[in-house]
Amino acid sequence: MIAHAVFFYLFAFIAIVSAIMVTAARNTVHSVFFLILDFISISCLFIMIGAEFLGMIMLIVYVGAVAVLFLFVVMMLNVAQQKNQWFGSSKSSSHIPLGLIVSLIIFFELLIVVGGWKYKPDILNSSSITISENISNTHSIGNILYTDYIHLFQLSGMILLVAMIGAIVLTFRQRAGLKRQSYVKQISRERKDGVKVVDVPNNKGVKIDV
Amino acid sequence: MNSLYILFDEIYKILFLLIPVLVTVAMIVWLDRRVWAFVQKRRGPNVVGPFGLLQSLADALKYMFKEIIIPASSNKIIFILAPIITMTLALVAWAVIPFSENLVLADINVGILYLFAISSLGVYGIIMGGWASNSKYPFLGAIRSAAQMVSYEVSIGVIIINVLLCVGSLNLNDIVLAQQNMWFVLPLFPMFVIFFISALAETNRPPFDLPEAEAELVAGYQTEYSGMMYAMFWLGEYANILLMCAMASILFLGGWLPPLEIEALSIVPSPVWLIFKILFLFILFALVKAIVPRYRYDQLMKLGWKIFLPLSLIWVVLTAGYLLYFDLLPEQI
Repeated sequence: MIAHAVFFYLFAFIAIVSAIMVTAARNTVHSVFFLILDFISISCLFIMIGAEFLGMIMLIVYVGAVAVLFLFVVMMLNVAQQKNQWFGSSKSSSHIPLGLIVSLIIFFELLIVVGGWKYKPDILNSSSITISENISNTHSIGNILYTDYIHLFQLSGMILLVAMIGAIVLTFRQRAGLKRQSYVKQISRERKDGVKVVDVPNNKGVKIDV
Repeated sequence: MNSLYILFDEIYKILFLLIPVLVTVAMIVWLDRRVWAFVQKRRGPNVVGPFGLLQSLADALKYMFKEIIIPASSNKIIFILAPIITMTLALVAWAVIPFSENLVLADINVGILYLFAISSLGVYGIIMGGWASNSKYPFLGAIRSAAQMVSYEVSIGVIIINVLLCVGSLNLNDIVLAQQNMWFVLPLFPMFVIFFISALAETNRPPFDLPEAEAELVAGYQTEYSGMMYAMFWLGEYANILLMCAMASILFLGGWLPPLEIEALSIVPSPVWLIFKILFLFILFALVKAIVPRYRYDQLMKLGWKIFLPLSLIWVVLTAGYLLYFDLLPEQI
């Protein structure tokens, strides 16, 4: 039990410190690396409470895919050179009150939810969900997600699909002068399409590739 | 006292797993070079030790005594961390590989997800190395590799779903035991082929070795590395290849199961079967390296997103429909 507590505080400490470092790090790429560390320690915490499926999905989705894209964008846009000066410059310090208000709202929302869940557990009608002890938590998530909450599950899937299509539509543009490879065109090309015998007039030459 | 005993027991088990893996990685480098040489009618490394078996050992010794050069304008902490992360990730994944029914270091419920997660983290070693070098060729290599590994991970994930539909469990031992009657390579043969090709792309092996294409990018993300740090990248890469071979043999070739349920075959201890299958797949990896020319980058992306992903998604629908129609869905474990 002591080892459990030690590991919990270790991972919680790493999570909080790296979350602070995400905003405090001067180099943007370092911020993303701290974000990754944060994700990893959170997934360790998930595994410690026995939610191994959620922990692994956290690793696969957030660390394996989302954070890679973050890193990609941050490196490609070369934001690393622009040093992060949130508290230093007069221009960006006006954002601080706004940020504080948003984080206070989120904090109180969390307080209300956690408080309600702790002290009035019968408000959330969770008694209809029976979690059996002898099946793994992957199975129990599946049992709930694909039966009772199938509509919400499919709705969230649709929202993600719409977001994906929207992102593609917003960023897709037809560029001129782009050479595309078409296998059909390449294979169906015959000798008579590609080769032509031309009589070259003397002293005049011939214009190729008109 | 008791907990100390458990600690030593675990450390002993970890060493018992890690040291053979590291030795095998060294040997496999030699095997790779030998197979490559034989295909091209060369001799390959054959001087150091019998058949050149100690070549990797000699190489390792050479790397150890070389100077480690850290570029002045590099980001030093991340530069040093990158090979360490590559190597560590390649080795921690071996914890869940079952060598027989009982011979597994950590028999966790979500073994296959753990493997998938660790292999998807592998991209960080490469990105960090490429970015921290602060030089254009490593950076180009890192960018290429990030896009490539993320793309091919998607189809690997979908292929894993195919297998999981037939098994009904995420535990690796359950996946192996579900193949007692028939290895999944027979009903899911197209998926096995796609998995193999995606594994080539995921481990940056030829013909998908664009992140380190020596003709265009010097050595890609490894350009600035030297000495032991380069060797760690190298070891991590080969450990990853072995891991992918192990994953393919567990998912499709029946893991530690013998090929047929015959008394004579079951005398052979089960780890031997797994090792045989891994070696077989590795020789295929090495042959591909020798035979196939390098892909162009846009063809690589096209193959991943426009061919493999739709094909494996269709196969998921087919597998699920087949299992549902013939009432073959696995019992809930």
